[in-house]
Amino acid sequence: MSTERVMIYKRFERFWHWSQAILIIGMMITGFEIHGTYSLLGFGRAVELHTLFAWTVLTLWAFTIVWQFTTGEWRQYLPGLRNVDAMIRYYLYGIFHGGKHPFNKTVLQKHNPLQRLAYLAFLALMGPMIWGSGLFYLFYNQWPRFGLDAYISLEWVAFVHVVGAFTITTFFFVHVYLTTTGPTLLTHIRSMITGYDDHEH
Amino acid sequence: MSGDAVKAISRVFGWLLFLSLCLGSAAFARTTDHSTLDALQGPFKTGPDVTKACLSCHNKAGHQVMKSVHWTWDKISPTTGKRLGKKFAANNFCGSPLSNEPRCTSCHAGYGWRDNTFDFTQQDNVDCLACHDTTSTYKKIATDAGHPLYEPREIPPGSGKIVQPPNLAKIAQQVGKPGRNNCGACHFNGGGGDAVKHGDLDSSLIKPSKSLDVHMGVDGQNMVCADCHTFNDHQPSGSRYAVRATDSHGIDLPKDDHDRATCESCHSATPHKKDKLNDHTNRVACQSCHIPEFARGGIATKMLWDWSTGGKRGPDGKPLYINDDHGHLIYSAEKGDFKYAENVRPEYKWYNGVVHQIAITDKIDDSRILEINRVEGSASDANARIWPFKVMHGKQPYDTVNKTLVVNHVFGKDDTAFWTNFDYAKAIQAGMDYAGLPYSGKFGFIETRMNWFITHMVAPKEKAVPCGECHTKSDEGRLAGLTDFYMPGRDAKPWLDFIGWAAVVMAIFGGLAHAAVRITIARRNRRAS
Repeated sequence: MSTERVMIYKRFERFWHWSQAILIIGMMITGFEIHGTYSLLGFGRAVELHTLFAWTVLTLWAFTIVWQFTTGEWRQYLPGLRNVDAMIRYYLYGIFHGGKHPFNKTVLQKHNPLQRLAYLAFLALMGPMIWGSGLFYLFYNQWPRFGLDAYISLEWVAFVHVVGAFTITTFFFVHVYLTTTGPTLLTHIRSMITGYDDHEH
Repeated sequence: MSGDAVKAISRVFGWLLFLSLCLGSAAFARTTDHSTLDALQGPFKTGPDVTKACLSCHNKAGHQVMKSVHWTWDKISPTTGKRLGKKFAANNFCGSPLSNEPRCTSCHAGYGWRDNTFDFTQQDNVDCLACHDTTSTYKKIATDAGHPLYEPREIPPGSGKIVQPPNLAKIAQQVGKPGRNNCGACHFNGGGGDAVKHGDLDSSLIKPSKSLDVHMGVDGQNMVCADCHTFNDHQPSGSRYAVRATDSHGIDLPKDDHDRATCESCHSATPHKKDKLNDHTNRVACQSCHIPEFARGGIATKMLWDWSTGGKRGPDGKPLYINDDHGHLIYSAEKGDFKYAENVRPEYKWYNGVVHQIAITDKIDDSRILEINRVEGSASDANARIWPFKVMHGKQPYDTVNKTLVVNHVFGKDDTAFWTNFDYAKAIQAGMDYAGLPYSGKFGFIETRMNWFITHMVAPKEKAVPCGECHTKSDEGRLAGLTDFYMPGRDAKPWLDFIGWAAVVMAIFGGLAHAAVRITIARRNRRAS
């Protein structure tokens, strides 16, 4: 049996992942301050940074969407229910008893079936929910110009935004924990940094 | 045209306007040297003599002034149509000028309004010097119905201090544009003393620092009252009976109406470099953020005036007067109890441009605290903005049967004036008789509140109210009392927060528990092998 190092996460993908991670952490910290959960930077400064991070992440997403389509990587997020049960069984049982991870990363399939579902939910639901409501928030004063003030209120835009924030925060902690479930605690994180994954043949 | 372009153009025009104001008051100030005019050589015996001389050239000025509220003390509210002005509008300070004229009319822009026989059509009675004296030596004496001293007089009587009359000819020869002393002589002393009434107008504004007033600061723009309160044909702009809640016109260009008594007249509706701040200007008045506190100039303003305790005498049988440690009169037999404060945080209310001012003839509801000038507006009212106020607390006499406020005759040497005789029954009867108003003869005291727009003492931008003083969950938040709208940082749905945090906590602990099981089983397996 030999081990081969395979490039799974390409340079742009890693750049996207980590810069998005920093921005999301920044937005969680500033966002919950804006929400009134605590006082850290002061409301005004928190709003400024939150807005700056938001525009940055939107720009990043614009590039990422282009990247996904031009590289065909968007297929990595196509969902399916096949083998999801195997993944769940692994996390609930196999992982404790030295069971083998039911999924092998390849360049063509870098996400396990659960990841596909989770990341699709992140990209297609949580993301749009947070930046959609966030854009409404940012352009609050332009609502009347488009007649939107008759249909939406700040209270409900804020509601959607906060629901999105809690969902993403929850996602974040689960995501971080699950990075430790590789062969060693840091295997997954290392490959997200270097891009390489060790493949056994 | 894009918003930025409009902003840039507005800024350029703003500066042009500002420069023209500066130049207007300096280089182009004078085309006439008044000291060389024959008509002004004097000597002048009385104020009206000076006025005649002024009118011999300025032949329209008298009639212009006579149309102004400075002369009429009588004004129809442009928003409610109600007849107001000092003659009719109630307040919770001194009360009514009626029956007290010789004292109150020391701030009338005229001479001789001693009683209700005063002739408002006599233009020689207009006082030009009160506003146009540039020497700061012209003083209308407190008790002479708007006249200055004409002979030396001992003031106060028995004090041995002899006050000399002003030199009217010298003053007349140096007339000019109104400065802070002119306006301040009355407007800084409203309510009977320095800083008493407004809270944002007092003698500290005669030579303020920039930090007290960014516009008037002598170390800054050095502007005077009339730079903003522009006059047209002697009519002042800006009125507290109908303060403009929003100035949708924006920057006032030379082609416009020359009414600059709003911030927007020079700064536009979107003056901030940060867009999020501009997002506030449709719902928050500039003053709400830019005047963090009033009475900042070191002079305390009156916050409470309780007439109901007036008339007490000391052990010596003389009227009682008590000063606090700062030398403020906190009890006066003439006026009752007072409270003062400095550096006061305003109260905030929605205001849409309509003030419901009580007149002394109005029926009132005495079952609760009477709001003498309720300001109208709410979050759902698109014309309303959040404005800062000094809320004056009062307790004052009213007719308990007819349910009206009353005219209290306080000033005079007769046997009914309250400040001489300390008898409310007589003083109110005399006041109501004088005013010709119905009075049941029965009086009580009603607690009142009065809203004073805080709009002066604008602080430098660095001292503006920080975002977090409104956007906070704290009960001490500046807008904690305005609950009819959603405000980020203050408002949240507790059940959503509960569910949200529960999900986050479960995610964290779920991970930790999962890890604990992994570790435990791994250890057991290791031991077993």
